[in-house]
Amino acid sequence: MTQSQYEVVIGLEVHVQLGTRTKIFCSCPLEFGSPPNTNVCPVCLGLPGALPVLNQAAVELALKASAALGCRINPDSRFARKNYFYPDLPKGYQISQYDEPLAEHGTVRIAGKSVGITRVHMEDDAGKSIHDGFRDSDQYSYVDLNRSGAPLIEIVSDPDMRASDEAYAYVTELKQILQFVEVSDCDMEKGQLRCDANVSIRLWGAGEFGTKVEIKNLNSFRFLKMALDFEIGRQVALVESGGEVVQETRLYNAGTGETVSMRSKEHAHDYRYFPEPDLVPLRVGSAWHDRVTASLPELPAARRARFIEVYGLKEYDAQVLTASRALSDYFERAATVSGDPKTTANWVMGDLAGLLKPAGREISESPISAENLGELVKLINSGQLSGKLAKEIFPRMFEAGGTPADIMDREGLRQISDSGALEKIVEEIISTNAKQVEQYRGGKVSVLGFLVGQVMKASRGQANPAAVNEILKNKLM
Amino acid sequence: MDIRTFTVDSIRTGLRKREFSAVELTTEALRFAETENPKTNAYLRLSSERALAQAARVDALSARGEDAGALAGVPVAVKDVIVTKGLVTTCGSKMLETYMPPYDATAVERIEAAGGIILGKTNCDEFAMGSSNENSAYGPVRNPVALDRVPGGSSGGSAAVVAQGTAVLSIGSDTGGSVRQPASFCGVVGVCPTYGRVSRYGLVAFASSLDHIGPFARNVSDAATLLRVMAGRDERDATSAAAPVPDYTALLDGNVRGMKLGVPREYMQGVTSETLSQIEKAVERFRALGCEVREISLPSTGYAIDVYYVIATAEASSNLARYDGVRYGMRAEVKGGSLIDMYRATRGQGFGAEVKRRIMLGTYVLSHGYYDAYYLKAQKVRAMIAQDFTRAFEQVDAILAPVSPFPAFKLGEKVDDPMQMYLSDIFTITGSLAGIPCMSVPCGVTREGLPVGLQIMCKHFDEAPMFRIAHAFEAARAF
Repeated sequence: MTQSQYEVVIGLEVHVQLGTRTKIFCSCPLEFGSPPNTNVCPVCLGLPGALPVLNQAAVELALKASAALGCRINPDSRFARKNYFYPDLPKGYQISQYDEPLAEHGTVRIAGKSVGITRVHMEDDAGKSIHDGFRDSDQYSYVDLNRSGAPLIEIVSDPDMRASDEAYAYVTELKQILQFVEVSDCDMEKGQLRCDANVSIRLWGAGEFGTKVEIKNLNSFRFLKMALDFEIGRQVALVESGGEVVQETRLYNAGTGETVSMRSKEHAHDYRYFPEPDLVPLRVGSAWHDRVTASLPELPAARRARFIEVYGLKEYDAQVLTASRALSDYFERAATVSGDPKTTANWVMGDLAGLLKPAGREISESPISAENLGELVKLINSGQLSGKLAKEIFPRMFEAGGTPADIMDREGLRQISDSGALEKIVEEIISTNAKQVEQYRGGKVSVLGFLVGQVMKASRGQANPAAVNEILKNKLM
Repeated sequence: MDIRTFTVDSIRTGLRKREFSAVELTTEALRFAETENPKTNAYLRLSSERALAQAARVDALSARGEDAGALAGVPVAVKDVIVTKGLVTTCGSKMLETYMPPYDATAVERIEAAGGIILGKTNCDEFAMGSSNENSAYGPVRNPVALDRVPGGSSGGSAAVVAQGTAVLSIGSDTGGSVRQPASFCGVVGVCPTYGRVSRYGLVAFASSLDHIGPFARNVSDAATLLRVMAGRDERDATSAAAPVPDYTALLDGNVRGMKLGVPREYMQGVTSETLSQIEKAVERFRALGCEVREISLPSTGYAIDVYYVIATAEASSNLARYDGVRYGMRAEVKGGSLIDMYRATRGQGFGAEVKRRIMLGTYVLSHGYYDAYYLKAQKVRAMIAQDFTRAFEQVDAILAPVSPFPAFKLGEKVDDPMQMYLSDIFTITGSLAGIPCMSVPCGVTREGLPVGLQIMCKHFDEAPMFRIAHAFEAARAF
């Protein structure tokens, strides 16, 4: 038998750090890259006597995420303690939600199907253990608690994905949605989005799921896909050779591209969940619920559809331009100014992206404002600026900022459409290119292109080519 | 100057009349505590520097004619499970022998803001687990009334310093009776307020849903003053209540005529005859004061100890997980060992037997497959116990009961029998589980001269009538 005879079943657990200014249970700032153990207080250090107080801003973002994922928000939810020992877990338990999560029963659409969201719940993050890089790392590990108490949501999907591609598409869409509603930057390099996968296989048509394996340490979407592909292959080979998949947690090793066993079911933690007595139940009244729902912006899928329908963009372009809310906002602002969405789209995806990328800048940091980019397109379309000149001006706008008109004036690049000025240049060219003029008059019409080029050259590219054409033809008659 | 006779009122008067300054009073209090403490071992350490600095502040305010607060100049002792900035806080445990908190508990902050002088930290059962103060890593406390006897626990030191006169007021923590029972054993007033009345911020957690900070005093009025200073909403404790805090002492008018008091029949069983006769005499006294006393029933009482030792130990097993040797407190050095070895050695050596017993019990009841049978069931029965009280308070304004089935017992008498020890809390645990305000007020002594406490329980946030009843009783006894 081969892999194609098995159905793959994948469910994902995604942890997302909420973009609050402060931690979930104390007012310590959340700054990435601060010196170790500086953004800490008695609460997030787990000092004796300290108590958690829920950050309302974190709840607000968690609600926003839940609503954006189409979840039903529970009017009453409750925090619970998840108990386990680890040096970077200062309280000896994580404050999470267990049997009464914040939200349930959501959906994320990916190409051709819906992936169910089982639940969204809130929890605090642990600190970071640092096992190497110190002189005595062979003997000791170090702990940085700056991240301890960072606000997280865990988004658990239903086991609805049937291939690693679908898992990839799901996390991509999920990330986009969360960025769009400004719940999180979802920067994986900063650990703002982390993903664990549950995967099993079964023969097509089988009624029950196979034994699942959890894969951890998936630091990018690419690794997620690679780890799933490896793991699916491993499970198929195992079953094919008469073996059985055992329930366990496996770690993905990006170096080898393999998953390796971390702990078996027998060694799974007993987290001894119980309701967190230091916090009161979380009540989300209908007013709060309605306010959050009303505050949601247009979600990426809807915006994509609108870009295609209203602006006539191609599916691919719409996809690219909705990669982030900032980008799609930029595009729309520029398109409104230019009045030509398709050309605007090309400039944003082509020239602008081409300048941003090597400069390491985000769209939000673009020196060329959306309005100025729109203005540029408008000038081209109105014939006030040649395409060639526009390509020259654009990098200068990027370097120096300012409107296209500013650059043109500053650099003396304004297009010459004034017929008096153009006629003077044309007459000059006619008088210095007697041979070509003769050829043209003799019937070799193609020489006109050469003459236009000469005029353009003499005007340092500023002449309006259409006007030059016209004047030349008249003079040569 | 005799610290033993001082009250909040007499200190206020003395300061106003310039009979003494706060610094003089504090100096004398520290000296007296230093001299007397070896008899009882009630203080673990005095905070002379902090106390004198605070006394100087109080004097400076008074000199400028400003109000230095409701507790101006009053020496207050703090149980060593309540954190104090820059002052070692051990919780009676070897685990935290040198632990220096970087912040003050809200209760401590409020006491100092009201002009109170934090005199020192008092001995207690390790992490507030015990009923005799014999579970302290720093030796037992002796009852100042009878030095061969226990002061009760877990706030034994806080009860003892007030009884001994080495502090005027003190604060303790009450999870299942840890303020009321030692108050009754030492013959002082002890209050366990409504759950949420006093912020728990800075109270080292034993069982979070049951932990309360409460005052000790030599009279009802002083206890009421101290409670009022500490009470009220604290943004740092999500479970602290926003309910308004009345001026309790202004309501101590001695008038209890017509009040309806209930005596639960379940609480009059298994009590020593001497304790019983003191309680009966107290009941008669209330009748004489014009109260209507009737027998009531709290039918779920019999389950209280079982419920308590499931819930309290479950929460404790989680609350005490943080003492792992990683960040602060004791760390056992294990040569070449693993992380797990370090955890085991640290917790094995750092915790005493009773703490370990409760952590194991609590871990067990929360374990996969046992949660429903123990923890969840216990929560349901807890709700039944609370319901008993709700029903009772539909009939009566307050409930009268013994605090403990017996008076202070001898040191060592029950140490080897945890079940007997747990039974000392049988009448205090119910109120803790219901979260209602309860207090112990002295109501007499046995033939041997051992104090007996009367417990008064009221409905949630009804501390004011509770104090009024206790105060009227105290005044009637004085005649």
